[in-house]
Amino acid sequence: MYTAADLRKGLKIAIDNEPYIITAFDFAKPGKGQALYRTKLKNMITGSTLDRTYRSGETFEPANLEDRKMQYLYKEDDHYCFMDNDTFEQIHINEAAMGDAKNYLIDNLPVDVLIFREKAIGVDVPNFVNLRVTQTDPWVKGDTSGSDSKPATLETGYVLRVPPFIEEGELITIDTRTGEYSTRVKG
Amino acid sequence: MSGSWPLSKRRNALLERGAIFSRVRAFFQEKGYLEVETPFRIPAPAPEANIDAIACAGWFLQTSPELCMKRMLAAGYRRIFQICRCWREGERGVRHLSEFTMLEWYRAGVDYLFLMEETEALVCAVAARPRIRYRGLDIDLATPFERITVAEAFRLYAGSTVTEALDAGLFDELMVERIEPRLGVVRPTFIYDYPPCCAALSRLKRGDATVAERFELYIGGLEIANAFSELTDAAEQRSRFEAAAAERAALGKPPYPVAEKFLAALAGMPESAGIALGLDRLVMVLLDAESIDEVVAFTTEEL
Repeated sequence: MYTAADLRKGLKIAIDNEPYIITAFDFAKPGKGQALYRTKLKNMITGSTLDRTYRSGETFEPANLEDRKMQYLYKEDDHYCFMDNDTFEQIHINEAAMGDAKNYLIDNLPVDVLIFREKAIGVDVPNFVNLRVTQTDPWVKGDTSGSDSKPATLETGYVLRVPPFIEEGELITIDTRTGEYSTRVKG
Repeated sequence: MSGSWPLSKRRNALLERGAIFSRVRAFFQEKGYLEVETPFRIPAPAPEANIDAIACAGWFLQTSPELCMKRMLAAGYRRIFQICRCWREGERGVRHLSEFTMLEWYRAGVDYLFLMEETEALVCAVAARPRIRYRGLDIDLATPFERITVAEAFRLYAGSTVTEALDAGLFDELMVERIEPRLGVVRPTFIYDYPPCCAALSRLKRGDATVAERFELYIGGLEIANAFSELTDAAEQRSRFEAAAAERAALGKPPYPVAEKFLAALAGMPESAGIALGLDRLVMVLLDAESIDEVVAFTTEEL
């Protein structure tokens, strides 16, 4: 069971027995007032969204999802294909259900495919994923313009900001919970 | 090198933050205020239903330096300011850090209306420019800032009266969802005259006891500061503390010891006004930062 203090982007909770994922989260506390936890929720089956504001003390049940260990194989049209590591069964998930996870999919990436009533409705990727930088402008040594980050495109097409010293072809670690650069992979 | 990226990324923000702090101190020194320090770890925080202190070695980390600074007012220090750390349990979000930096100042012989003008002067002196850009808004810092009563704001933006909102238990929700986003978007806004139930340490308005002499400053929808004409009636203060303590108990929150030395000192406190301003928030507005994380060297999660 979760409390309001556990709410955060990416958490999956059950509402009326259906799985919802929090797609945006905001902690608010108007002067001297009570804490309010404002969420945008997406129904993981229908894709419909709703806004809900919760208060301290409210409790939530985790979304009742089964997860299966699978690996990413390939994308075809608007579907992503995954394979069960034990049974070799392959399943397809459409792009709309992938959410931010599609930014991190490289061949053979291990994922948890989320199953609700025997239907695959989403994937969880590892918290940290290593991806190669395919394009970024070179760093001019001695640059004192004060620029402290620059855009970089990764092998999945995902674009994010990285430190100026990162070069094309380097492998970097992304924190998939925030979508931000975490560290450079040495060697 | 790579491990310290969050810190190096914030270099410009931290340089600006330091410059802003210098201008704040210069402002108060010029106005004859004494910079003071009071202990962070205290035995008895002011009881408030919605603010939770963090326990620390048998006492508590302050949620505000208010009670100690008022004891100084009572002892004859008539203009004092402090920049200090405060701690509030469970407060974390893009505008909140559980440990944050507060600027509080107190002045004897004035009321909250005087403090509105002094706050305007401080914001203008620290910003050091006539307009600021914040979250896509172009905010005009010409004085006077906008002034709107809580009652007027509820009528205009929430389509309800304050009494209706309180009775329905929706005062905070309407404030967050309907009212705050409208405050301080063209010019900074003072919203003032709160219902007495939302102003535990403030004086009731002279000539209208249905509201308390409290105001908040908003810039770009962001709450920056909270101020009162201070309550100086010790008996009234004790009964308000008891009411707040009862409210905390009803919410299942741990009790605090009664701040007896503060209550004893209150009898000798002159008429005065005081204000607490979230300095991290002011820096956010001046630097157009989306998250409070961008304007501090370390967040809790980075330790």
